[in-house]
Amino acid sequence: MVGIYDDVKEAEEKLRNSDIPFNEVGIDPYGTSINHLKAVYPVAKLLYRHYFQVKCFGIQNVPDRGRAMLVGNHSGGLPVDGTMLATAMILDHDPPRFAIGMVDKFAQRMPIVSSLLSRTGQVTGLRGQATRLLEEERLLMVFPEGVKGVGKLYKDRYNMVEFTHGFMHLAIKTGTPIIPFAFIGGEEAIPTVYHAKKLGNLLGAPYFPVTPYVLPLPKPVSCRFYFGEPMLYESGESYEEISNQVMEVKEKVNELIKRGLEEREKEEQ
Amino acid sequence: MKVVITGISTILGRMLAERLANLGYTVYGIDLRPWKKAPKDIEIIQSDVRKKPAEEVFRTKRPDAVIHMASVAHFTQKFEERYRVNLESTRAVFQYCYYYGVKRAVFTGRHTVYGADPDSSLYRTELDPPLGGLTFPELNDLITADLYASSALWRYPKITTTLLRIVYTLGPSRRGTLANFIKGPVVPSVLGFDPLFQFIHEDDAINAIIIALENNLHGIYNIAGPQPVPLSILIGKTGRIELPVPQKWYPKVLGRFGLPKLFPGSLNHIKFSVVVDDKSFRDATGFMHKYDELETMKAFRYME
Repeated sequence: MVGIYDDVKEAEEKLRNSDIPFNEVGIDPYGTSINHLKAVYPVAKLLYRHYFQVKCFGIQNVPDRGRAMLVGNHSGGLPVDGTMLATAMILDHDPPRFAIGMVDKFAQRMPIVSSLLSRTGQVTGLRGQATRLLEEERLLMVFPEGVKGVGKLYKDRYNMVEFTHGFMHLAIKTGTPIIPFAFIGGEEAIPTVYHAKKLGNLLGAPYFPVTPYVLPLPKPVSCRFYFGEPMLYESGESYEEISNQVMEVKEKVNELIKRGLEEREKEEQ
Repeated sequence: MKVVITGISTILGRMLAERLANLGYTVYGIDLRPWKKAPKDIEIIQSDVRKKPAEEVFRTKRPDAVIHMASVAHFTQKFEERYRVNLESTRAVFQYCYYYGVKRAVFTGRHTVYGADPDSSLYRTELDPPLGGLTFPELNDLITADLYASSALWRYPKITTTLLRIVYTLGPSRRGTLANFIKGPVVPSVLGFDPLFQFIHEDDAINAIIIALENNLHGIYNIAGPQPVPLSILIGKTGRIELPVPQKWYPKVLGRFGLPKLFPGSLNHIKFSVVVDDKSFRDATGFMHKYDELETMKAFRYME
């Protein structure tokens, strides 16, 4: 109990020192609630520090303040990557930063889920919304593989699907630096072998990830983040130009994935 | 400066009229409902906006400006009647302005015209389409009136027209759409949903309308006050008790057990947020709200 009390106290301090503009009742203009974040903090910290034993490399590449986009690979199954990335920004970045996730539209229609996402600072992934957040100097988490990225099966692990272009248009329009990152370990944590679409539809989701042990419960796999140096794009008008720039970012993420996999393999030997 | 206020007998209409009179405006008010204790310096014409006595005000007084606040949103009115009043009164007001040389028109609309759409950005700007009618058909008359007023921007270019889309008002009067919803001791929410609600203190809303009038703005502007808060906090901070009701049963409990009566189509507005971005108005006028969200909720709460 003492541990939880200390964690909640720590969460209060970190969140108040972060870039979330809470009002007097502890809510930010997007509905993020300090009380909800404090409630999930001990669980997120436990998962981050002890269950997934997350390590960060190059986190100093994330700016201390001001607009930025964290752009990286999605892990299949459930979005463990987003949760752990947001936790990394609070626990391991100094000063703490609050990373806002852009979630798919369907989640906003789901009871309980939609409220929880909103109270924990996750917004619908729409360009207008993202532009506004960046203009307010916030930090965004972007997974340009989208739902297809989450929908990867275990056999396709770390093979990124095509990146959408939206994030690049956004970065150019708002003059936002892109911080490429790779998340290693998420694919093994929830090894999805099959998508149960009918069951997913019943739950209001595109599919339900099925693992070798049926339920999509994450295994205690050691995870790590690799952050690259900021990439700044000032112009890009034609489709071809944008495509090339997107490919550049994807290539950078791919390099970070390779580095991460190699280093993990060496350490495991 | 001579100003005509339609719908002057509403709480906001009265407050606006008194404030304008104090500022030295000559105020004429048109409303079907009486305002028995109106200040002597405010002339009240008890008439339907669409009828001859209302037109006579424009013909004989030759006002410089009109603030059109007359609309019916009450669910006891038949839909056809509301449609006729809301749209036709708006059309009549703009025609009077055109015929009798009124140079300024301010139309006070509602932010709910944007609709509670979970697929849209949280903050709606004036460029976003009014989608309210898609899920809330009972709003169609107000949306049509809003669109008619916006068409006046190009239809009558010589009339400087400001179309305001104002968020819910809240305050000591305890009147208005949101106030009616949270008036009782128990407020029903939809189980599993906790949307953001955006409101403005009624004094701030009046200030915004006056600022719009005085700034000669020609365009559409969202008006908002402090940042939005989740419905659960709004209910708690105003001293009410939240009753989460499963969606399936929600329409069945409305109007019963002391719970508020709502339009059936309003369900989406209890499930999803309708929030607007008022940056354009603030940038154009320098408007600042005086009351924050806590003060606004307290102003409503402590009038018990």
